[in-house]
Amino acid sequence: MANKYDNLCIAVTGLNANDNPGPGMAVIRSLKEYFGDSLRIVGLSYESLEPGIYLRDYVNKTYQVPYPTEGTAALLERLTYINQRENLDLIIPNFDSELFNFIKTAPQLQQMGIATYLPTQQQLALRDKVHLKDFGTKHGFYVPADHKLYTADDLQKAAADFGFPMVIKGKFYEAYVVYTMDQALKAFHQLNATWGVPVIAQQYIKGNEINIAALGNGKGDNISLVAMRKLYITDKGKAWAGVTIKDDKLTQLAGNFALATNWKGGYEMEIMSTAEGHLYILEVNPRFPAWIYLTAAAGQNQPAALTKMALGEVVEPYTDYQAGKLFVRYSWDHIADIADFQQISAMGEL
Amino acid sequence: MKLKSNIATSDNGFIFNPSTGDSFSGNEMAAQLLSAMKSNKTEAEIKQDILNRYDVSENQLDRDWDNWMLQLKEANLLEI
Repeated sequence: MANKYDNLCIAVTGLNANDNPGPGMAVIRSLKEYFGDSLRIVGLSYESLEPGIYLRDYVNKTYQVPYPTEGTAALLERLTYINQRENLDLIIPNFDSELFNFIKTAPQLQQMGIATYLPTQQQLALRDKVHLKDFGTKHGFYVPADHKLYTADDLQKAAADFGFPMVIKGKFYEAYVVYTMDQALKAFHQLNATWGVPVIAQQYIKGNEINIAALGNGKGDNISLVAMRKLYITDKGKAWAGVTIKDDKLTQLAGNFALATNWKGGYEMEIMSTAEGHLYILEVNPRFPAWIYLTAAAGQNQPAALTKMALGEVVEPYTDYQAGKLFVRYSWDHIADIADFQQISAMGEL
Repeated sequence: MKLKSNIATSDNGFIFNPSTGDSFSGNEMAAQLLSAMKSNKTEAEIKQDILNRYDVSENQLDRDWDNWMLQLKEANLLEI
């Protein structure tokens, strides 16, 4: 039976389904499951070996887009070209580092008939790693103490205050738990080279790592919320296996965050639950996490709900999900032809 | 002492706490005890049932029961 969502065309970034995966493929899987085979997925990639480019059962066509550092004009020009060929209904960006540009260009995209469902620049800044401690203090959240590091010398003060271990984090991505000053210096230089300053030194909090995937409606409420306890963590700190859990304290925490920020769009809270029962917010990521398909598996398909909201539908908040749903990530050698690699590398589309 | 109402148990002794994600594997006796506790039997009823079915002294059973309660408490599976 035909419905208003037949033949939707949605563009998605974050096709890097590697050992530090972007959320794109999980978002696409969720969307395909809900909207069915008539859904057309346009992948937006940055590099030629992002696995999603070659997963043609999930991604109908991929276009390379300019790196965020090239600015909004370059992005808009490229998206205009893509839209002329694809007639996009919606774009779901999935990288922290590209959000600034997508938020800035959202009004122009809207004029082109392309919907987005994104936080404001102000909301984006509130939960920035650099501002998270101040945000927590203002709104009564537990957030580990931190130091902003602009030079390697700043590590001395952080080490004096926090001792070891402590956590050294990049401005956008990556974090290392370090146990000695040598390790701290190495982490600082590596993260500075990759993401620039400030690098953040954060107090180490011991406990169970819990993540919350949520979808805010921009009016102070969460439409959906699913919590997951990490069961297996990679050396990059990523969940390789996890299980859905339900706890009123987690629901309340995410509810308070949505209320404090009026968050619009998907987000992920990284929580450390201590033996004393405190829930420390380690990070708030301003987009869906790579494990977002677990929300669909547990009964709350957040990417599908975001899509409907972005297209103007009023979506009632989900009230329940299944605890005890387990995900186990795996690696898979996907086979493609070198001609495909040549095509995306040379022509920027496949 | 009551088992938390949301604790999920299976016939083979597997225990899952949906609030924390903790899971535990118990033996056959653990499975029987959990099943009895979930059906709201009292401590006295459960102990009497064990005394009727197994060759165990009352003193030994009391010590084992205290140990069982301690394990459940440490695993955060009991109502506070």
